[in-house]
Amino acid sequence: MKRRGLRRWISNGMVVIMAVAVVVAVMPLLLILGTLVVKGAGSINLAFFTQTPVPAGETGGGVAHAIVGTLMIVGAACVIGLPIGISAGIFCAEYPANPLARTTRFLADVMIGTPSIVVGLFAWTWIVARQRHFSGFAGSAALAVLMVPMVMRTTEELIKLVPNSLREAALALGYPRWRTSLVIVVRTALPGIVTGVLLAVARVAGETAPLLFTALGSQFMSTDLKAPLAALPLVVFTYATGPYEDWHRLAWATALVLIIVVMLLSIAARLATRQRFDRKG
Amino acid sequence: MSEPVGAVAEAAVPPSQPRIQTGLGGRSWADLGFRGVLTLGALAVPLLMAFLVWELWVGSRLAIGRYGLDFLVSSAWDPVAQQFGAVPLIFGTLVSSLLALVIAVPLSLGVAIFLTEFAPQAIRQPVAFLIELLAAIPSVVYGLWGIFFLIPFLREHIFPFLRSALGFLPLFQGPIYGQSMLAAAIILAIMVMPYIMSVSREVLLAVPASQREAAQALGATRWEAVITAVVPYAKSGIIGAVILGLGRALGETMAVTMVIGNRHEIAASLFAPGYTMAAAIANEFTEAVEDVHLSALTYVALVLFMVTVLVNAGARLLIWRVTRGAPTGGQGL
Repeated sequence: MKRRGLRRWISNGMVVIMAVAVVVAVMPLLLILGTLVVKGAGSINLAFFTQTPVPAGETGGGVAHAIVGTLMIVGAACVIGLPIGISAGIFCAEYPANPLARTTRFLADVMIGTPSIVVGLFAWTWIVARQRHFSGFAGSAALAVLMVPMVMRTTEELIKLVPNSLREAALALGYPRWRTSLVIVVRTALPGIVTGVLLAVARVAGETAPLLFTALGSQFMSTDLKAPLAALPLVVFTYATGPYEDWHRLAWATALVLIIVVMLLSIAARLATRQRFDRKG
Repeated sequence: MSEPVGAVAEAAVPPSQPRIQTGLGGRSWADLGFRGVLTLGALAVPLLMAFLVWELWVGSRLAIGRYGLDFLVSSAWDPVAQQFGAVPLIFGTLVSSLLALVIAVPLSLGVAIFLTEFAPQAIRQPVAFLIELLAAIPSVVYGLWGIFFLIPFLREHIFPFLRSALGFLPLFQGPIYGQSMLAAAIILAIMVMPYIMSVSREVLLAVPASQREAAQALGATRWEAVITAVVPYAKSGIIGAVILGLGRALGETMAVTMVIGNRHEIAASLFAPGYTMAAAIANEFTEAVEDVHLSALTYVALVLFMVTVLVNAGARLLIWRVTRGAPTGGQGL
């Protein structure tokens, strides 16, 4: 009887230790968000969103140039990456046994694990080294390379959730294969695909490493993808590692804005996909 | 439905047989065109990968030709004298990543086991969701937080405490700068935790309830049931989750370069600054002027890429074995 008591004690003790682990694991999130709000919220005002940087060392200025730059770079990355990712995803879901589908699926998994700095270097040798100048477009290409496998995998997973009876019904009614895929299957999976795209956008919008030697960063307002462009994550990096007190202040505020955007996108996407998966079981 | 969805439709219209062409006449061209467009998209992925490897190879050819495999065993890094060796970078990458796992693995497994086996139903999803949110925070924000919050905190409280308590170990000796291998490992641990946690949780959820019931019916306490019947069943999947975390840590760039101190040195002390492969590329690439320097950094990227490919492929294989219900060698019972 005594041993039984001891074993129960150990069992309960381990549960307590694991509960403590949960508290420890949640703490970094609260600490990071808390620090961001405390140090960043005070600097967010109209000037922050509408002005461009003042000369180094002076106080004031904003990050309007980086907001525009991020929109340009990520927008162009979507234009390049989404058609490729989505069509590859539809291919892998609609022809699952095809050898090309298997190869693509495996390589997409490998690509998802590729460090983003390596992708940045790839975009440098591919575009910047050939054109002999940095450009926002090179940054977009790097981000597109990161987006393709993410979008492809979510598209594939969500199309697989579409009940086969829908396909069979459409084919039985004499729909050709392409209309079945596009009008019935893809349209049923569309909300899920859109949330997958949002998730991918949230991921790449916060990426810094692929932009370091492609988009490079800039102090000026510009919408020219052929020239170096600023981006919010690059601003955080430059300002955080710079020597000026006012830069640090702006780095916190920029990081806060960046994280609000990224978190809203990914929370929305996650909630939407979770509902869809739950319905399926 | 255990068969992959789409298999039936695939069988109804086998792509290799031109039945649809003869049967449906003119519409087949639209089908072929549609399929052609999709095939182009699917082809883009292998082509991009091949192109990436090719570009890295071409870019590093100069360094490979000059240093060969000595690059991987030499520790010189002198751009002026054109001497390059990657040992401090490889050392720093491995040490920071493994140390991060030492911190993150017990924590993430504890959370995963607690959330699948013990926690009240109501808090399971929300807590998992909160921790998974960590994965959404951009790397550069971790770096910012590391510079201005974590490092001062470690420098003033944790590091002096560790030095006085464990100072007899060479790991915890020497001057405290703040920017250090240990700071990088802690940041990395926070960053990989959500990945390890959420994949192990999925794997644990895939363990059949009969495993737990059988152990408890034999008189095991709930903890004993977990340790003897649930975790062994999920073992290869959990190892896969850990390796996946390792892959993340190895390639992590911005947060690491902002807190590790960026020095081409190998130090015994965890308080000393170090360097990683990814951090060196991020830091030196824009400043490199010599072709050899650029080429050496591309060589580093090629090595990093190959390592992460191997690590990730291994992880996927292990996770796939458990979640697809493939036999795990009778270690279940």
